[in-house]
Amino acid sequence: MAGKQALLKSIGFVNKLQPVRNSSFFTFNPSKADPSLGETAKLNMCQSINNAMFVALENDNTACVFGEDVAFGGVFRCSLGLQEKFGKDRVFNTPLCEQGIAGFGIGLAVAGHTAIAEIQFGDYIFPAYDQLVNEAAKYRYRTGNLFNCGKLTVRATWGAIGHGALYHSQSPEANFTHTPGIKVVVPRGPIQAKGLLLSCINEPDPCVFFEPKVLYRSAVEEVPVGNYTIPLGKAEIVRPGKDATLVAWGTQLHVLWEVAEIAKKDLGIECEVIDLQTIAPWDLDTVANSVSKTGRLLISHEAPLTSGFAAEIAASIQNECFLNLEAPIARICGWDTPFPHVHEPFYMPTKWRVYDGLKKMMEF
Amino acid sequence: MLARRLSVLNLLKKQCRFYSAKSSDEFRLEEFSEKYLGHRKARFTENLEIIDSGKVEAIPIYRATNAEGNFVDSSQDPNLPKDIALKMYRDMTALNTMDKILYDSQRQGRISFYMTNFGEEANHIGSAAALENTDLVYGQYREAGVLMWRGFPLDQFMNQCYGNALDYGKGKQMPVHYGSAEHNFVTISSPLTTQMPQAVGSAYAFKRDGSKRIVCVYFGDGAASEGDAHAAFNFAATLKVPIIFFCRNNGYAISTPTSEQYGGDGIAGKGPGYGLHTIRVDGNDLFAVYNATKAARELALQNIPVLIEAMTYRIGHHSTSDDSSAYRPKEEVELWTEKDYPILRFRKYLEKKGWWSAEDDKAWVAEVRKNVLKAFGEAEKVKKLPPNELFNDVYADVPKNLEKQREEMNEHLKKYGEHYPLQGFQ
Repeated sequence: MAGKQALLKSIGFVNKLQPVRNSSFFTFNPSKADPSLGETAKLNMCQSINNAMFVALENDNTACVFGEDVAFGGVFRCSLGLQEKFGKDRVFNTPLCEQGIAGFGIGLAVAGHTAIAEIQFGDYIFPAYDQLVNEAAKYRYRTGNLFNCGKLTVRATWGAIGHGALYHSQSPEANFTHTPGIKVVVPRGPIQAKGLLLSCINEPDPCVFFEPKVLYRSAVEEVPVGNYTIPLGKAEIVRPGKDATLVAWGTQLHVLWEVAEIAKKDLGIECEVIDLQTIAPWDLDTVANSVSKTGRLLISHEAPLTSGFAAEIAASIQNECFLNLEAPIARICGWDTPFPHVHEPFYMPTKWRVYDGLKKMMEF
Repeated sequence: MLARRLSVLNLLKKQCRFYSAKSSDEFRLEEFSEKYLGHRKARFTENLEIIDSGKVEAIPIYRATNAEGNFVDSSQDPNLPKDIALKMYRDMTALNTMDKILYDSQRQGRISFYMTNFGEEANHIGSAAALENTDLVYGQYREAGVLMWRGFPLDQFMNQCYGNALDYGKGKQMPVHYGSAEHNFVTISSPLTTQMPQAVGSAYAFKRDGSKRIVCVYFGDGAASEGDAHAAFNFAATLKVPIIFFCRNNGYAISTPTSEQYGGDGIAGKGPGYGLHTIRVDGNDLFAVYNATKAARELALQNIPVLIEAMTYRIGHHSTSDDSSAYRPKEEVELWTEKDYPILRFRKYLEKKGWWSAEDDKAWVAEVRKNVLKAFGEAEKVKKLPPNELFNDVYADVPKNLEKQREEMNEHLKKYGEHYPLQGFQ
């Protein structure tokens, strides 16, 4: 009970639920927490992330949370109440400079301290790209393991929001999966967000943790109040099936989930839906085992099609499951354009585009 | 009830009077000064004057000795004990001797790449001697003297340049990308300036953990143009960390002269704009570098970051891949070598003290030469780590996909090994 009280105190101010404008491109499908994790509280994703950082700060005196505007609680309220609880030297604002935030975080981690850096939007992670790709990812390797920045976690908001246009909507995961040395993680809801974020913070490798911002307030689940982790590098089969495998991560997982329901009703087929969770290094075995069984694979992401991470999955599965595949692997993704403003509804890999892709794949 | 309301009203009136007593000019001045300008007292002026940066006085160059090795002001003599002074000289000459041998060995194709430190030896040794060996150093690539001062073994310089199995870095990086946890010297990487905001992060950790360590981060005048330098200066000043920014201004970034690198008063000129304590020193004057670094360290320990700009000259080529005669006259290099070589300036001081002689010098250089050549010959003989080492240390543990690729490579080498240089590898 003490745990729950502390938790509620830590997130006491966090948001009255507000409807997200234009967020009808998906329907959130809540998960059930593993009962063995004990007591739960009803939290949205913003609160569960806040709670994960609370746990990390409480358990590790070297842990610091920093970035632009995190001190007053963050523009998405993810760090609300943390500075009051843990002090200005542990939860603090930095100057407005992403390359500085990433470099500073690496330096903290090199000195053995736990660095939890926030990049306000995934769209603005590119000024930090050099620090993350050339430095963070290669630190352990290039020093012969004399130095490392494994204690660095970079959180960034991610994905479509309904009206974010070019620079508040991007999904840059594939920009990072092409870089050995870094782990890339995307949660689909509050339970996963807390468990995966705590894993990233504990992980001895630098991690980029992308948070689907459209879920911050719209996704509410019963989240375990204690300290728990969800292993990185493991996909989760969220809905078992035998006729086709559907793979996604983040918000798009919920789109596939809904398509699976429609397909069952309309086509009488059972789709196996897999949440990849960790994009790099990804769980090839879980996907390959599923495709060996179903013989069909559809991958979907919001990011543009060309060189998106679906391409990596498709090529690998084609290599692993050639004899089992009964149809070409389908990729239903964003178009190869910048992310548009007024045309967002037509850009998105909507449930109808996914459904149509699935139908064609089944009829092949 | 009414009475209470009235009293509240009176109170409000009083407060209004209080605020209106201050003119809005004063109000704004105070707000701007205190909140926007970090307690710097600004004033209004009716004189429309755009500051001409060319007329702002250049930051002076602090020196302790002149080109003859004599103290200009005896109060600036740190009175170094003989053993320390001699170690400084020996380390500078050892670095210089190693540079000559490794430079030649690259020309002979025995190592793939090299960068010399000619003309900048006093920067390295003077600053390193003023730090504690537990202070963490982040470098660019032309700071091998700091490692020399800290006792990084000669063998290790050679092992790293050869990338052999004994290299601390396991042969992963190009030559001169040294690093040593034991010597508190963070491994060098090629991307310029990335180390600067990292150094600030490490300094922040030291500020928090009470270890009384500071960070010293080295960089060149060219690197200071990168965005990461701006990030680092600004983060250090706002987060108040124990750090020394040590800029080696040697006049060139490869072929680019400083006139094409910046339009202001060098690198030191930027310091006050960021709120950094700043000093410019004669980088060829070992004592000036030593004194400035010592004083900067005292400030850093109070979480006051300091910027030092050491003025020097890059005597050597940028690297073994560069012929500097393509962009600067040979005479310029000769002039600097002849007029102000930091090692010679310091030697004059030692000789006047009666601590060093031409014979000592000859014997010492011969000894260093012998030691370097011996270490070099030994490093050349050591095999490199086995090919599958290339999959280690990407992550803390080798993930499944990399394990698979390692097996794939091993299978390939079983079949096609004759086409690869396996004999040089364990």
